[in-house]
Amino acid sequence: MPQLIFYIVFTIYPIIMSYVYAFFEWSGIGPLNNFVRFENFSRLIADDKFWNAFGNSLIYMVAKTALLMPTTLLLALILNQAFFKGKVFYRTVYFLPVVTTTSIVGIIMKFIFGNENALVNEALIAVGLLDQPIPWLGQAGTAMAVLILIGSWKFFGMMMVYWLAGLQSLPGDVYEAARVDGANYWQTLRYITLPLLLPVTVVILLLNIVNSMNVFDLVKTLTEGGPFFATETVDLYIYNHAFSTSGFPQIGYASAAGIVFGLTVFLMTLVLGLLGKWTRDGKKAQHGQVAKGGFTFQ
Amino acid sequence: MKRIIILNGLLHALLLAIGIIWVYPFVWMIFSSLKTNTEYINAGIKLLPEVPRWENYVRAWNLGNFSTYFSNSVIITSTTVAIVVVMCALTGYALGRVSFPGRKVFVAAITATMFIPKGYTIIPIYQIIKSLGLLNTLAGVILAESSGAHVLFILLFMSYYYNLPKELEEAAEIDGCGFFRTFWQVMLPLSKPIIATTAIMQFIWTWNSFFVPLIFTLNKPELRTLAVGMYSFVGEHTIDWSGMAAGASISLVPVILVFIVFQRYFIEGISGSVKG
Repeated sequence: MPQLIFYIVFTIYPIIMSYVYAFFEWSGIGPLNNFVRFENFSRLIADDKFWNAFGNSLIYMVAKTALLMPTTLLLALILNQAFFKGKVFYRTVYFLPVVTTTSIVGIIMKFIFGNENALVNEALIAVGLLDQPIPWLGQAGTAMAVLILIGSWKFFGMMMVYWLAGLQSLPGDVYEAARVDGANYWQTLRYITLPLLLPVTVVILLLNIVNSMNVFDLVKTLTEGGPFFATETVDLYIYNHAFSTSGFPQIGYASAAGIVFGLTVFLMTLVLGLLGKWTRDGKKAQHGQVAKGGFTFQ
Repeated sequence: MKRIIILNGLLHALLLAIGIIWVYPFVWMIFSSLKTNTEYINAGIKLLPEVPRWENYVRAWNLGNFSTYFSNSVIITSTTVAIVVVMCALTGYALGRVSFPGRKVFVAAITATMFIPKGYTIIPIYQIIKSLGLLNTLAGVILAESSGAHVLFILLFMSYYYNLPKELEEAAEIDGCGFFRTFWQVMLPLSKPIIATTAIMQFIWTWNSFFVPLIFTLNKPELRTLAVGMYSFVGEHTIDWSGMAAGASISLVPVILVFIVFQRYFIEGISGSVKG
């Protein structure tokens, strides 16, 4: 079976090898002979820049989740209303950023937010919200805020479609019963829709976390991790150590960073996965069938 | 009833306003690509160019090497899509129709790998491609792009094949079809909707991919895809803003068109993943 070979060569083997590399001091060239035990890990844990990147990834993830979860649910609820027309039109419009190339979006956004006479500054001054241009990407705080905003804008449509799918999978007869009992819209929402959506919510949360923890394209093209590492995420940190054209590649060290970070994300998803299983007890507990979609559409 | 009409109107106004902000960056990009560089700098919030200047596209296409990037993107994307569709269909067929020992373990294993981030496996994959001597070749990029477990697609194919009636195979067998002939002539044509979903999603995916082509073409500018080429274009032609916008339009317009035309399949694929 070709897929089995592919699977072993490109998924199982890499996972094992990234552990192996992590215990060596290795530049990617020449034999793998400098076994250093846990030195890569101890150096990693002592590195402030790694924790800085780790923190940035966490901030990005938490802010994006907090921003997206309620807003996308709200929009999905509106679009799911029977009387509301033009569902496909709005879905297309809001989904558009998802399908566009992230790296190119990063570059466009750099020009929109970038220098003094950039679009956002001009627009805000024209409306009267600003007196003078702000160097959005030049300050640590605003650069992170812009990164979060753009990341959320990019992923918004995806989340909305997840919610819509979740809403449409709810059983119709429960709503019938609620209508017979004379429940109004808010009561139905509060006592039927939201509780029934709980398992789906966990899945969507999971997808969003995995997606947000692996942000590379956008950071690389929008800020390059700057100003002064203020927006460097772990993926960028790993890239810089493993493939940077300047300096000596540190494959072993980068692998160690990948493992520490990967295990953290894995633990998070595991906890949430169990939570998901727990919320759907009785139902078929197939929380495993989660999309891979979250991975690449950053 | 009247309340609903008012509410409806308000919601439409709100959603339309947000929607305009939503697509504005792309509109801005397209109009900027038709301006001169001086016009671009002095434009402020003015959107329309005085005269549309198509020569920006000619410049990006020829001087900016976007012709090369474009053909690289097309080659890599189409080959990857073909490989992924065939592989996932075969695996899905095997998992959905044939019972063999270890089937459940295999399904569980591929599902588990879904949670492993790409950054986790990319270094060893890089080493594999390197040891195969495919570093800095299109084949290397294609191989790396089609790697990964494609869990979602396999599961889609699997559940689809699983639900087809058993009689189909029996009929094919009576007509004298072997295992592979049954697959190619009976099962594969039946799974057209799943093939479409897989192909569209993988197309958009590969077209937008940045990380893999970036690290596999670090030393070979002529192998860059649009996503990577755009990035280096900005580094090399810092002040050619309208050329930059033209290049961005060349890269984004195909994928936007594909999405709008085939969005049904795309949305279905994503929805299927949540419903589980």
